[in-house]
Amino acid sequence: MSTTTHQWPLWEVFVRSKNGLAHKHVGSLHAPDSEMALKNARDVYTRRSEGISIWVVPSAAITASSPDEKDPLFAPSDDKVYRHPTFYDIPDEVGHM
Amino acid sequence: MGETHSLEDRFQAFVEAENKVEPKHWMPDGYRKTLVRQISQHAHSEIVGMLPEANWITRAPSLRAKLILLAKVQDEAGHGLYLYSAAETLGTSRDQMIDDLHSGKAKYSSIFNYPTLTWADMGAIGWLVDGAAIANQVMLCRTSYGPYSRAMVRICKEESFHQRQGFEIMMHLAKGTPEQKAMAQDALNRWWWPSIMMFGPSDDQSPNSAQSMKWRIKRKSNDELRQEFIDKTVPQAEFIGLTIPDPDLRWNEETGHYDFGTINWTEFFDVIAGNGPCNAERLAARQKAHDEGAWVREAAAAYAAKQASRSARRPAQTHAA
Repeated sequence: MSTTTHQWPLWEVFVRSKNGLAHKHVGSLHAPDSEMALKNARDVYTRRSEGISIWVVPSAAITASSPDEKDPLFAPSDDKVYRHPTFYDIPDEVGHM
Repeated sequence: MGETHSLEDRFQAFVEAENKVEPKHWMPDGYRKTLVRQISQHAHSEIVGMLPEANWITRAPSLRAKLILLAKVQDEAGHGLYLYSAAETLGTSRDQMIDDLHSGKAKYSSIFNYPTLTWADMGAIGWLVDGAAIANQVMLCRTSYGPYSRAMVRICKEESFHQRQGFEIMMHLAKGTPEQKAMAQDALNRWWWPSIMMFGPSDDQSPNSAQSMKWRIKRKSNDELRQEFIDKTVPQAEFIGLTIPDPDLRWNEETGHYDFGTINWTEFFDVIAGNGPCNAERLAARQKAHDEGAWVREAAAAYAAKQASRSARRPAQTHAA
């Protein structure tokens, strides 16, 4: 029997490993709703005390930059070396700055 | 430089520079197809791999052993999910993969088509089967496809417990009564050869290997991984006083590796072709679980739809009031 179910939506899972750290993407899963997505995320991604907080976000809600546009998108930051502290020559005698 | 080759050339240079390929990157069709086949096969192996061990959950010899086995089988389900998710980033769907497993189109590791006859098999599977899987998976942590690599890193972290608990079972049985030791030896006898077959055919018989190595999907050949596993495992067997069932096995001073006997590839290909002791039983169990779970999936979807329509109505009513 072929079971073409209406596939549940995909959710992206983010886990905060401890207070003070940002939530980090850990993977994805299918679930019918956000509540089930949270419960599944708990079972799938935090079986060994990996986290104290979970976010689930519908994958469809994420807008991502395209890798093909990587160069034009990030170019403006590459040609502004003066944004980096090492751009400036400060004499050693001045000490740590 | 020929324009027609430029995308493939750039891709090759990209992976050779040890860059990770991400889902939205351009990749050759063959690379995508190879990955979908390999990752879904890997996922199916995790899921089908739950069956031989589930066979012993209700008969575990102690509560401790039962809890450990439950946790291990739950891990395998989790590993299957990480891998299905990684495969889905390549454009295939979960339903498609599950259908391919059930129809027999997709393969899974042939090792799971062997039966688990005694409790010692839980030891042998953890020690040998998971040990062999770890050798392969440690290598795959460095695979060129980002989502696959990340899934492997998670899996490797968890898999180490699997091998250690298996070795502990074997160690306890080997130190036990003569009957218990014989049971451990019998499990080793039955699982040794299928375990070293898990690495797949020899390099000269494995046509896809060279391309996979070139694309940095695989980082070591089947034979290299197999040798590594044997070199590591033989001293472990000696330590617990069990004998590896291979009369040709001996240390080779010159190569610094163990020489081993001829692998029965006829058996390997026969099991892959569907003629192993449990092929039909495994697939039937998967199909049954899928069919009998259908109402749960439907109920969850119906509940989600009802909640969504209720919360969509609620704000409108508030405004009306």
